[in-house]
Amino acid sequence: MTNGLVANIIRFIALLIIQVSICSSINFLGYINPYIYIIFIILFPINANRLLFLICAFNLGLLVDMFLDSGGVHAGASVFLAYARPIFLKYTFGTLYDHQTIKFGNLGFGQLFGYIALTAFFHHFILFILEIFNIYQILLILKKTLFTSILTIILSTIIILLFRPRK
Amino acid sequence: MQQILNFVIRNKTFLLFLLLFGLALALTIQSHSYHKSQFINSANSLTGGVYGTVNSVGQYFDLKEQNDLLIEENEILRKQVINSTIASSNINSNYDDERFAILSAEVYKNSYSASNNYLTINRGKRDSVAQDYGVISSKGIVGIIDNTSRKFSTVLSILSKKSRINAKLKTSDQSGSLTWNGDSPYYVQLEDVSKFANLQVGDTIVTGGQSAIFPKGINIGTVDSFESDESGDTYTIEVKLFNDFTTLQHVYIIKNNDLEELINLEAQNDD
Repeated sequence: MTNGLVANIIRFIALLIIQVSICSSINFLGYINPYIYIIFIILFPINANRLLFLICAFNLGLLVDMFLDSGGVHAGASVFLAYARPIFLKYTFGTLYDHQTIKFGNLGFGQLFGYIALTAFFHHFILFILEIFNIYQILLILKKTLFTSILTIILSTIIILLFRPRK
Repeated sequence: MQQILNFVIRNKTFLLFLLLFGLALALTIQSHSYHKSQFINSANSLTGGVYGTVNSVGQYFDLKEQNDLLIEENEILRKQVINSTIASSNINSNYDDERFAILSAEVYKNSYSASNNYLTINRGKRDSVAQDYGVISSKGIVGIIDNTSRKFSTVLSILSKKSRINAKLKTSDQSGSLTWNGDSPYYVQLEDVSKFANLQVGDTIVTGGQSAIFPKGINIGTVDSFESDESGDTYTIEVKLFNDFTTLQHVYIIKNNDLEELINLEAQNDD
């Protein structure tokens, strides 16, 4: 248990620093920045207290907002993702989730990829709705969501696969 | 009472979600109005310190470009000095206090891809920087100081939907307000320019003297294209910026020493 706690704290800080120092200044093709900090929310222990989960996600988002001067958009999107995560888990893993027996360490590539893709897409959609905050620019929101999601999904999958614990 | 308590306990996750999401939404909405993002911004010692460390590594990557920029600027300044000594030495001005003070600063964080962009720079209250000071670079206008902490400040870039800056055509003095539509960091839009303006592609756009923040005549960009707006009375001009916002490293803060006097004077008019 303490092992998991330390791992999560390290993950929180490391992802935050990588996000604000490297990933937010990539500006691929002018505007595409991956938001890899959602890995923290993706990999948060499933059996943990949900209230704690929401508060952690909110604080992570708020810190990213503070670094990027973006008001509360990352906090909002992160809290949304944290709240909606059981739905995504259920959708991707089905019965495995019902028995609470998912181990992120030994998932198949396909399932993991599907789960990351689903979470990243919805997170970014909420993020860009909040950031652009104008429903008439829905096309711009969708465009940014699509391209940023692709980069986030690729990077997140690589990072998770590289750092997954050995059996 | 029992039932209310039960309801709260049963739905505590959902209620906490609503609370936190509402908080985030409030912060977002607040940040959309001008000068209202006080609470969550990168002008504090934590974010400033992290960006400072990152910048001290990152600045080595484009030393050559930055050197070239500074040499180019020195050249322009030297030209101005040589050409102005003769003219100004003859004029014996009675009041020689400077109207604008200039302070150099380094860009710690730069952004140009969001819909409201902010820069973080390494000057703050201890360098007597305050809200609403102008920020320029050697090539042209950058933005306006938004929040300050002791050592750091955030700058609301002109690449922001919140910013409106008075600008004019260099040749004909027709003025308009400078906005950004969020598309490209290389172009901004000049709105409400009178149809009487004799416009040509390639004309220079500079700051107008109507705002107290920027001195008159700071370069902004050139006219790239223009079209009449819907009502047909004014032009909207697509301005190509002189500044490359993607490589900003060194900037200058402009302090208007008459700002307080000007604001006080204008406040009297409202009574």
